[in-house]
Amino acid sequence: MSSSAILPVGDGGVLGAVRAFLGSLWQKKLIDALLVPLELPSGDNVVPAIVSDPEKLKMANPLAPVMPLNSARQVSAITIASPSAERLGVVLRPCEMRALIELVKLKQASLENLLLIGIDCPGTYSISDYGRFVQKVKSPANDFLSKFQEGKEDPLLRKACQICEYPVPANTDLVIGLLGMDLNNSILLEAGTAAGERIIGELGLEKGGVRSREAAIAKMVSQRAERRERLFEQVRKDARGLEKLMAALATCINCHNCKTACPLCYCQECFFDSPVFKFEAEKYLGWAQRRGALRMPTDTLLFHLTRLNHMVISCVGCGLCTEACPNNIPVADIFRLVGDKVQKDFEYVPGRNLDDELPLTTFREEELHNIGI
Amino acid sequence: MAEEDQFEPVIVGFFCNWCTAAAADLAGTSRMQYPPNVRPIRVMCSGSVDPVYVLRALLGGADGVIIGGCPPGDCHYVSGNYRARRRMAILKTILATLGLEEERVWVRWISAAEGAKFSRTMNELTQAIKKLGPNPMKRDWSI
Repeated sequence: MSSSAILPVGDGGVLGAVRAFLGSLWQKKLIDALLVPLELPSGDNVVPAIVSDPEKLKMANPLAPVMPLNSARQVSAITIASPSAERLGVVLRPCEMRALIELVKLKQASLENLLLIGIDCPGTYSISDYGRFVQKVKSPANDFLSKFQEGKEDPLLRKACQICEYPVPANTDLVIGLLGMDLNNSILLEAGTAAGERIIGELGLEKGGVRSREAAIAKMVSQRAERRERLFEQVRKDARGLEKLMAALATCINCHNCKTACPLCYCQECFFDSPVFKFEAEKYLGWAQRRGALRMPTDTLLFHLTRLNHMVISCVGCGLCTEACPNNIPVADIFRLVGDKVQKDFEYVPGRNLDDELPLTTFREEELHNIGI
Repeated sequence: MAEEDQFEPVIVGFFCNWCTAAAADLAGTSRMQYPPNVRPIRVMCSGSVDPVYVLRALLGGADGVIIGGCPPGDCHYVSGNYRARRRMAILKTILATLGLEEERVWVRWISAAEGAKFSRTMNELTQAIKKLGPNPMKRDWSI
């Protein structure tokens, strides 16, 4: 049983308690800098930022129900050339942490010298919905959480969040727990690793836990799993078969935004942006002649199927591909449906832990007897 | 029916240099027949066949694709065929989940000594694809 402590919630609400806790990491010299979402002065978005002056924590808002981008990608950007020499704290949502685990396995990030702080995630809005939400309320984070505390799942949440079975982060040193807590009084700080336990000790926090948490987590996960199955049924109906799949991809303009937003699409130069896809005029005209016409730009379906082949085994379902699509193609729904099948075939859960080998980097001699005779 | 009889599928074969391509040679020198529908491409290893090659062939209008490699345990590069097997398993699952006729993609292990198996497999594949009919992707200008 790992240790946990209760963080009191005062006048500043849950957000105040989280900011106070993050500040205490500095006071005790446990971190030198912190990667955390900060509110932009305009007030209608938060962005990940490296904070080196604890003064700036006034703007820190890891509870804002919006995820403009997956911070795993930012951790990769910071650590890929060389691990951080200073102690860097990183505040991540569960899907960001899971993506980070995958990136570490793909040798795109390093966890060395990082203090990983996960935070329970009730879900997020799209950037535009968040912008409207902040217009209406005084404190977006606290308001959102009190709505969440009432137990109603907000239908405005992103679809990917509504079907997410991982509201609680795993593999982080510390977890800031919200689920199952009475958010008017307290939140939970849980240790996930030995380093996390040491920190709870060093912060001099009184150890304690809550019994209501596990049941609350189980309830949320089962509701979401149910919703996920319903969505899968819908996607099978809407996007299975060449005709329907092409109808689902009808509005694709080949902008590759889904690839850019994906935390896991890590190639320095995408195959689809490479010279392989630059052809002579006669080639295009020849293809057009064979079918009577040729959709331009070419290779819409090839792009999506290839991205599935490359990424679906590691897809954590953060849904940012759908968010990035200018034409509302449900890219993430398709990835979740296909990923569910492929990941189960290899008993692989992306982001579960660092020791599970990536299925495409290894093999078993005795397996897959149905492939190849 | 008559139209189906006339349908001559285009099948792209990726054959490993050390086993299946050698088996094709053996079939030839042994004067065993196989249908001209199969267009063989010799690759150094079945493990070098990127799924995108297979997709490119299918989306480009091939009616079938076959990947031929060394039998498990016999890979010239020790583990290339095991890696190919995982890749093709994932590719086939993706196609199946999206209802895209994964049965057009075959994986077969045919050793250099198995000229007869090579010829038999190519006959079976051609028959199976003829039964399936033309690949609908061939006519779709919008994919």
